[in-house]
Amino acid sequence: MADKVLMKGNEAIAEAAIQAGCHHYFGYPITPQTEVAAYMSKRMPKIGGTFLQAESEVAAINMVIGVASTGKRVMTSSSSPGVSLKSEGISYLAGCDLPALVVNVQRGGPGLGGIQPSQSDYYQSTKGGGHGDYHNIVLAPASVQEMASLTVKGFDLADKYRMVAMILADGTMGQMMEPVSLDVSDVKTYDKPWALTGTECKREHNIVNSLYLQPEELEIKNFERYEKYKAIEENEVMYEEYLMDDAEVCVVAFGITSRVAKNAINEARAKGIKVGMIRPITLWPFPKKPLAAAADKCKAFICVEMNMGQMIDDVELAIRCKKPVYLCNRVGGMIPSPEEVLAKIEEVGGAE
Amino acid sequence: MAVVFEKPKSLTDAVLHYCPGCTHGIIHRLVAEVMDELGIEGQTIGVASVGCSVMAYNYFTCDFVQAAHGRAPAVATGVKRSDPSKIVFTYQGDGDLAAIGTAETVHSAARRENITVIFVNNAIYGMTGGQMAPTTLPGQVTQTSPYGRDVNTVGYPVKVCELLSNVDGAAYLERVAVNNVKNIKNAKKAIKKAFQNQLEGKGFSLVEVISTCPTNWGMTPEKALQWVDEKMIPYYPLGVYKDIYAKEED
Repeated sequence: MADKVLMKGNEAIAEAAIQAGCHHYFGYPITPQTEVAAYMSKRMPKIGGTFLQAESEVAAINMVIGVASTGKRVMTSSSSPGVSLKSEGISYLAGCDLPALVVNVQRGGPGLGGIQPSQSDYYQSTKGGGHGDYHNIVLAPASVQEMASLTVKGFDLADKYRMVAMILADGTMGQMMEPVSLDVSDVKTYDKPWALTGTECKREHNIVNSLYLQPEELEIKNFERYEKYKAIEENEVMYEEYLMDDAEVCVVAFGITSRVAKNAINEARAKGIKVGMIRPITLWPFPKKPLAAAADKCKAFICVEMNMGQMIDDVELAIRCKKPVYLCNRVGGMIPSPEEVLAKIEEVGGAE
Repeated sequence: MAVVFEKPKSLTDAVLHYCPGCTHGIIHRLVAEVMDELGIEGQTIGVASVGCSVMAYNYFTCDFVQAAHGRAPAVATGVKRSDPSKIVFTYQGDGDLAAIGTAETVHSAARRENITVIFVNNAIYGMTGGQMAPTTLPGQVTQTSPYGRDVNTVGYPVKVCELLSNVDGAAYLERVAVNNVKNIKNAKKAIKKAFQNQLEGKGFSLVEVISTCPTNWGMTPEKALQWVDEKMIPYYPLGVYKDIYAKEED
């Protein structure tokens, strides 16, 4: 399927998921991600899969747990307030070491917030969201093509490491239409001897569980999980560098803001300012190494975010606060304009 | 020598952690006997809940998943939708099913989800040390209703079978007890029917089992069994509350 088709970001996620072998979807209507559910409701009956509109986000994520425990690929999607409700289940998925894909097409918050795009669930996604020590793999697409390809990648990583992979998109990415190629030649399958498939009276029973009443046992489980996380931080970091070779100012942005920033960077370059960008594609694991390397040659960093400065913490940690990090942000559903980003670049990187 | 009594194959050798006199052990055994008799142990996937039976996964030989508090019917929905050829049951207490999991209970029934629900009602939160449950009787003293359940301030007990009998999707609802031999025999028949229904694709089947909690009721096991007859059954009458296939079978 190398041919390109014009799709909404939300639809691209849905079709890519099906192509990746996900035949079970559970959701609940919430703007701006409802197209995922609508698409699934049309497609799943035709391929013998499951589309189920649950009674709540809480029920939907627990249905995901049910399918995941049987070893099959499964997903749910929602937007910010709905993902808060799913956080209980995401913690259980982590505690049970179950793979699943969770999509968050973010809107403004906190509370009911608004329905316009936002990136203000960065903390929730990358630092936990639910209770306990755990991480999700967090993938931040910046195009409709990446909405599809990172969905396929997300299922792969979830299965490989037995954990939640999250697509952290925003309302813009979900709603915008772009040509997309649904190339799924790289779908991998994994053995799942732990899955609940019925013993057939031929093996010991499998138990999917997150309860460990003996503290020694629970401590070991947590240590083991963090060994896995260490391997992921070593092996699965994804990022894009843009004009970083001679950059003196490094913009850091993900998702839709990285595209706005690219325009601003091009304009700044035309004005002679040496500016580049590091775009994290995985928000967890965070691209610490390229940022640390950039800190050795750049004089300043600018985080462009649609939140009050959440990723800025990770950037400062990655560069050990060696250089100043400035914030260029809009919130509440507003998107920074290229002019606003350019103004910040000129302020930080202009002639001294 | 003829074997006249043995442990069901579907129970493991693990020692039950339940308090002396608790009737969870009887109910576990009934479920296991039914699994043996229907020959479904190898195809069954259980869903444990949160409460005293949280570790049910250690006691049954079938595959098991442990669900968050109240979410067992949603988890069971996922398991069943993943592979409808499997036999899927939840084992839940009253706090789990009738308080925090009310939505999951009602909607899995409304969808006529083809699962079996074993609902153990002992009118109290046992695991956390005896707090007021949605099924705690009016006037009943618990840790969080120390002056007795006052219906004027905390409301009335939830009668699950009566409530679900108004849900069109529910296929089979029966309330039983395990406080004497006659009731135990009836309970087994109901549990068997609830599993049989699933095998026949008949949809959502729930058996409410009136159980005891001598520890948190502050009674001897014997007195607790009497209390079921004197207090629980009058408030929660036993019987079939719904059986949408009853007429065609007659």
